[in-house]
Amino acid sequence: MTAAVIVENLVKRFGDVRAVNDISFTVAAGSTTALLGGNGAGKTTTISMLLGVLLPTTGRINVLGADMLQHRYRVLPRMNFTSPYVDLPKKLTVVENLMVFAGLYGVVQPRKRIATLVEELEIGNFAGRAYGTLSAGQRTRVSVAKALLNTPDLILLDEPTASLDPDMGDRVRHSLMQYQQRTGATLVIASHNMAEVERMCDSVLMMKGGKIVHQGSPDELIERFGRDSMEEVFLDIARAVHPGQAPSHATERAAKP
Amino acid sequence: MNLHLHATMRRVAAMVLRHTYLMRKSWIRIIETAYWPTMNMIMWGFIAQYFATTSSVIAQVPGMLVTALLLWEVLFRGQLGFALAFLEELYARNLGHLFVSPLRPYELVISMIVVSFIRTAIGVGAAIILAYVLYATSIFDLGFLLLAFFVNLLVTGWAVGLMVAALIMRYGLAAENLAWGLIFVAAPISGVYYPIGTLPEWLQHVAWALPTSHVFEGMRAVLTGGTFMWDGLLHAVWLNIVYMAMGIALFLLSFRAARIRGTLLQVGE
Repeated sequence: MTAAVIVENLVKRFGDVRAVNDISFTVAAGSTTALLGGNGAGKTTTISMLLGVLLPTTGRINVLGADMLQHRYRVLPRMNFTSPYVDLPKKLTVVENLMVFAGLYGVVQPRKRIATLVEELEIGNFAGRAYGTLSAGQRTRVSVAKALLNTPDLILLDEPTASLDPDMGDRVRHSLMQYQQRTGATLVIASHNMAEVERMCDSVLMMKGGKIVHQGSPDELIERFGRDSMEEVFLDIARAVHPGQAPSHATERAAKP
Repeated sequence: MNLHLHATMRRVAAMVLRHTYLMRKSWIRIIETAYWPTMNMIMWGFIAQYFATTSSVIAQVPGMLVTALLLWEVLFRGQLGFALAFLEELYARNLGHLFVSPLRPYELVISMIVVSFIRTAIGVGAAIILAYVLYATSIFDLGFLLLAFFVNLLVTGWAVGLMVAALIMRYGLAAENLAWGLIFVAAPISGVYYPIGTLPEWLQHVAWALPTSHVFEGMRAVLTGGTFMWDGLLHAVWLNIVYMAMGIALFLLSFRAARIRGTLLQVGE
């Protein structure tokens, strides 16, 4: 297995708080990995360190074969990122925004690439409108288009379908999966949508209190917890007193509605 | 061309394009850029003309005041243009996207310098034309020294702009007002409208530590027909190198601190 991301003993402390507490994991190249956990679990902190915008306290991060702390700018052109919590310039139109980022990422034939993405993500109707005038769902789609602009080998997606209605959410997921099949890219997704995780992800890293408390494929986790869905697994872990321990099968079954 | 240099130029161009889009679609921004330099120039010009009619001793003052004002605007607009280019990214909550792209901090700085130059050219350019039309004062009377003054004041403006951007990155929009006000600390002690010799002696030592003082003294020397102080200009250049190095160091330190604290993805409105 070739690894797209290797994380070793990663720690991030903010004062006395250990936001990420000695985690290690590997993301296989070409896979889709979900980073799950409740609020404050350490997902965003981990993603920020993978992107290099947050320096770890200790630990190592290797992304696409390069040490992220030493050679960040070697791999950034091969990565991209989207989050509903980071905006694009509001007064620029969608196409203008994409043109600027095409320049930053060195996209060859930017207009052609943008036209393709506009069609794939169905953003043609509002491509000429200012980003600030778009609905939350439209902004999310533009942000995904920005994340695909440079045909990245690794995409970090923070809640990629947040604010989208089920139909559009499904279409965006379909676009991302198609993109992955076509390019062999690696996707790392932080999501609260467990149906999305089951549909898209090969593996899951479940975080709680800054630690990875469970990992495996969605099917493995569902089986391990004796549940029917990732939603139930998520709730079990989020509410568990000892999150690293899977509940006993009997207890699980008894607890099921 | 070197591949690395080509990539840098492409990314700087992309950032300049981002601000050009912004300016192009807002006439108000362009008008605002030229508004204050023009208003200041008109006001000071008429005040100076009034003085000229009341005393023969200060008959030569109007041209000097208008020229001083225009050069001050170069400094102020240079600094403001730089800081505003950075603030635009904060207002847009766009820093996160920029810093996860291949854009390097020094490329962001170069792009802000280019944007600042464009803003200054628009703002001061309008005032220069009006100064000629209204008061027959041409800043170009300074000859080729004008270029030296311009460059020195712009570099000082960029150095202060870098320091302001660093403080904004550190303290967020709470430090926003520094973009408008910090440069004015230098105004009373730079000898913009009066010679440095007017200041108390102890303050003169502080004044000579500013590159701006050497520029404005040089301007006065040229306009009054005195001997131009080349060593003063050289001092300004050296001081600017020091100030620019301090600005860059502060900006990079602030950037690193933001990466440690994890504020790059959060900083904004």
